[in-house]
Amino acid sequence: MMCGVCGCGDGETRIDGHVHDHDGDSPAAGDGPAHAHAPGLTPARMVQIEQDILAKNDRYARANRAWFAEHGVMALNLVSSPGSGKTSLLVRTLTALREAFPMAVIEGDQATDQDAARIRSVGVPAVQINTGKGCHLDAHMVGHAVERLSPEFGAVLFIENVGNLVCPAAFDLGEAAKVAILSVTEGEDKPLKYPDMFHAADLVLINKVDLLPHLDFDLSRCLAYLRRVNPGVQVLTVSARTGEGMERWYRWLRLTRESRLIGAEPRSLMV
Amino acid sequence: MHEMSLCEGMVQILEEQARVQNYRRVKQVWLEVGALAGVEVAALRFCFDVVCRGTLAEGAILHVLETPGQGWCMACSRAVVVERRFDPCPECGSHQVQVTGGEEMRIKELEVE
Repeated sequence: MMCGVCGCGDGETRIDGHVHDHDGDSPAAGDGPAHAHAPGLTPARMVQIEQDILAKNDRYARANRAWFAEHGVMALNLVSSPGSGKTSLLVRTLTALREAFPMAVIEGDQATDQDAARIRSVGVPAVQINTGKGCHLDAHMVGHAVERLSPEFGAVLFIENVGNLVCPAAFDLGEAAKVAILSVTEGEDKPLKYPDMFHAADLVLINKVDLLPHLDFDLSRCLAYLRRVNPGVQVLTVSARTGEGMERWYRWLRLTRESRLIGAEPRSLMV
Repeated sequence: MHEMSLCEGMVQILEEQARVQNYRRVKQVWLEVGALAGVEVAALRFCFDVVCRGTLAEGAILHVLETPGQGWCMACSRAVVVERRFDPCPECGSHQVQVTGGEEMRIKELEVE
């Protein structure tokens, strides 16, 4: 489906435990043209190529985005540091909204499928990607996970990225929005320490706010830092444990999904 | 960040281009890296040598052209130099600076044979 010219040599990436490889697909080094070569002459020359290094990922991301648009799927890229409570937040969200609209989850972790198992126990389809040595999900892995999940029309697809505030910022997955989760146990200066990620976020959820009375976390300073790296960013304070503020996040999900479905019709309904 | 993946991306580009541009070996690579691209040049150099081993770019020399970050300050309506993403405008101190350049990371030119 999405993987036209799949040069994946990522031997360590596993999707639901299966090694992802394409035999003979990736061009071996030195497969280039070995002809047209006068003996004894090695004509060194300059070539202008002007190629963006992330262009390949961006191509896959574009393909994902087109697929999501065509299939009425709203994909959200959830990014945070490890331990921000991303999976708990997701489990609570899925439990609250499972009657509202279809949902699906792609779980990215370096190893284990514990998170996907947690999601499936709520009754929501989930695929686990283990990145092996990799520190982020890329658009190509996500494309294959989507093939496996085939989310239905009108679904919200949560892509839980690897817990890492650095690398996932640079890799577009084809998502509709990046949602960054920052927990109050982490310190209010995270947005300044990891500006790339908070700059790229469309929505920031400040999680574990039930713990605020016990911490020195300065919420207003944190908000000021967020605005500094991302003046237009939307911020919601929530507690996935007590449920505080979660209604607003659900509302954001409902309304964003609705607005993105305007004009998108399933193919079967098109005249 | 993720310099290893970036280098793998570079080698893939070099291999794809080898077919298009008819070359067998890459001897030198000129890379443009913006100050706001989030790339650690030292780590990139280290990974480049490792990733190129056993490929058509084995032993290639990597030249890195670092370009400054550029932005547009919405408060004073002028183009400014941005050293780090969250820095205020050097002219007026406002944080309403839109980054306009310096995020790129691209291969400009190659010496091949």
